[in-house]
Amino acid sequence: MRPADILRFARDAAAGYPLRTTLSVLAMAIGVAAVVLLTALGDGARRYVVGQFSSLGTNLVIVLPGRTGTGGFNPATAITSTPRDLTIADAQALLRAPAVRRVGPLAVGTSEISAGGRLREVMVAGANRDFFAIRNFELAQGEALPDDDWQRAAPVAVIGAKVQEELFGREPALGRLVRVGDRRLRVIGILRPTGQGLGMNTDELVIVPVALAQAMFNSNTLFRILVEARSREAIPAASTQVLELLKQRHRGEEDVTVITQDAVLATFDKLLGALTLAVAGIAAISLAVAGILVMNVMLVAVTQRTGEIGLLKALGAPARTIRLAFLTEAAMLSASGALVGYGLGEAGAFALRQLFPVFPAYPPDWAVIAGLLTALSTGLLFGFLPARRAARLDPVQALMKH
Amino acid sequence: MALIELAGIERRFQLGDTTVKALAGIDLTIDAGEYVAVMGPSGSGKSTLLNLLGLLDRPDIGHYRLEGRDVTTLSADEQAKVRSTRIGFVFQSFHLVPRLTAAENIALPMMLAGIAPAERARRVTAALKDFGLDQRADHKPDQLSGGQRQRVAIARATIMQPPLILADEPTGNLDRHTGEDVVNLLEALNARGVTLIVVTHDPGMGERARRRLVMEDGRLQSDSAGAPG
Ligand SMILES: Nc1ncnc2c1ncn2[C@@H]1O[C@H](COP(=O)(O)OP(=O)(O)OP(=O)(O)O)[C@@H](O)[C@H]1O
Ligand SMILES: [Mg+2]
Repeated sequence: MRPADILRFARDAAAGYPLRTTLSVLAMAIGVAAVVLLTALGDGARRYVVGQFSSLGTNLVIVLPGRTGTGGFNPATAITSTPRDLTIADAQALLRAPAVRRVGPLAVGTSEISAGGRLREVMVAGANRDFFAIRNFELAQGEALPDDDWQRAAPVAVIGAKVQEELFGREPALGRLVRVGDRRLRVIGILRPTGQGLGMNTDELVIVPVALAQAMFNSNTLFRILVEARSREAIPAASTQVLELLKQRHRGEEDVTVITQDAVLATFDKLLGALTLAVAGIAAISLAVAGILVMNVMLVAVTQRTGEIGLLKALGAPARTIRLAFLTEAAMLSASGALVGYGLGEAGAFALRQLFPVFPAYPPDWAVIAGLLTALSTGLLFGFLPARRAARLDPVQALMKH
Repeated sequence: MALIELAGIERRFQLGDTTVKALAGIDLTIDAGEYVAVMGPSGSGKSTLLNLLGLLDRPDIGHYRLEGRDVTTLSADEQAKVRSTRIGFVFQSFHLVPRLTAAENIALPMMLAGIAPAERARRVTAALKDFGLDQRADHKPDQLSGGQRQRVAIARATIMQPPLILADEPTGNLDRHTGEDVVNLLEALNARGVTLIVVTHDPGMGERARRRLVMEDGRLQSDSAGAPG
């Protein structure tokens, strides 16, 4: 029998029994749709969290002033001192640590910004050029802070997208002067709009040289020091070196806290990855159930069509042809189920993305491929038994059943 | 030349504890081009004999030579090949595939044999015309009368141009008039040289055959070929 004829024969046979065909296609479709949609959910959650974390910067080590966390109550530090402040000099010193690539000091405060008669309250961040690289800040126009002495208070500012829009509207802002507090600063860069994330909202931020911020707020302390390690592997080394250096500079007192964001991120990544896998596994069970249903449907088909099988044999069909015809039918049922299910799953994921735009609910490729392959192979696997039974029927017995 | 040679054929069925000898020692030779009617009471083994001749069943003992070749020792697939090209079946209950049209039912043996679609279409068109079915090509079996169904079945049995047609009570489900039509068709095939073996309960139809075999309890009780006249 020609392959095209086998396909057509199987298709017509499936179409001849619409109810059982619809049922098994539906079962398979639900299974595949479940795999696609659930893994889209799981992987979307993973991507969302990972994305939020990495928007903070990669290989990041954060230094906070003060001893917090699990240190417990230490009578020595309680008596001797309030924690020492972090200074720009501290930050500069960290550049000596071999595992450190970049250091970004951060001082923050709020102030008023005005230009062309318009005025608003803003968050002012004092930073340096490397801070932009560490935090992955992207510029829509202009450039980041100048790469000069951290102690120099150049009168320049990089402003957030929303600040730019509110102060200047559609007019060009680059190169214009703005007043921040009692200073007049030139706008040298505008940040690309990012929207709300886990970190601060950069759209409403004004970034100035760290020395200038300290002068404006009349303080010489830092809010944070952001440190970028040379690589992911260098993160632990970087954090111990940072801690050691600051301890030396603070007369042997460990009065800072060092957080590595990668550790948290890795845990989340692993956890959510495992969750996706588990969810995929559960969905795969529904595929197996669908496979068993296809098998039952095909077994019923063999029984229903015993007379026909006997006839085909009488007309000269070898066992192979009959096996192939039934196997093809099973494969068709599961393949169309898989395709319908894939469509449903993608449509569901699309609907999810429309409802929750921040949530990247895309099914991972591995899940789609695994889902489709599982559907096809269960269909074939469970189709094999009925096909073999059909091929083995005794022609005389089968004919008498008509 | 002998088309069919049966020697010492036995076919037994196990029914619980008892063994039924459906065929008990059949020796028979049928030449190419013969027209043979097989008659006898119910349960005498007529269908069993026909199934055996059609390679749908195997004897427990004995040898069957078809066109000089011992076909009892062939594998199942080799037997399928012989059925496909050398033998056409006509059944009492037509055995049409209900979801296929008349034309598709007729084309079925050619499709199973892997014949190209163009050739199939050509032969089906000719067959539909020969059997007066050209207006019924796209009808499903349930839209056909009994006589038309059996004509479709005969067209299907002859479409591979086999030298041997086996018909098991082909008129059993038909009224006298349509049955007559069907017999005429089969006899016309025989007139063109096809060997025709018909199982029938109808004495009138048996009379029309040039050779009559009468069976009883799995044996050949009489064979008109041996008798004078
Ligand atoms: N598959 C089978 N299993 C058991 N016994 C069978 C089987 N097929 C036929 N027989 C027995 O073999 C004998 C011959 O049966 P067969 O069908 O050949 O008779 P028949 O001459 O065609 O009868 P009828 O005129 O009623 O069609 C009967 O006794 C029948 O019961
Ligand atoms: Mg019978």
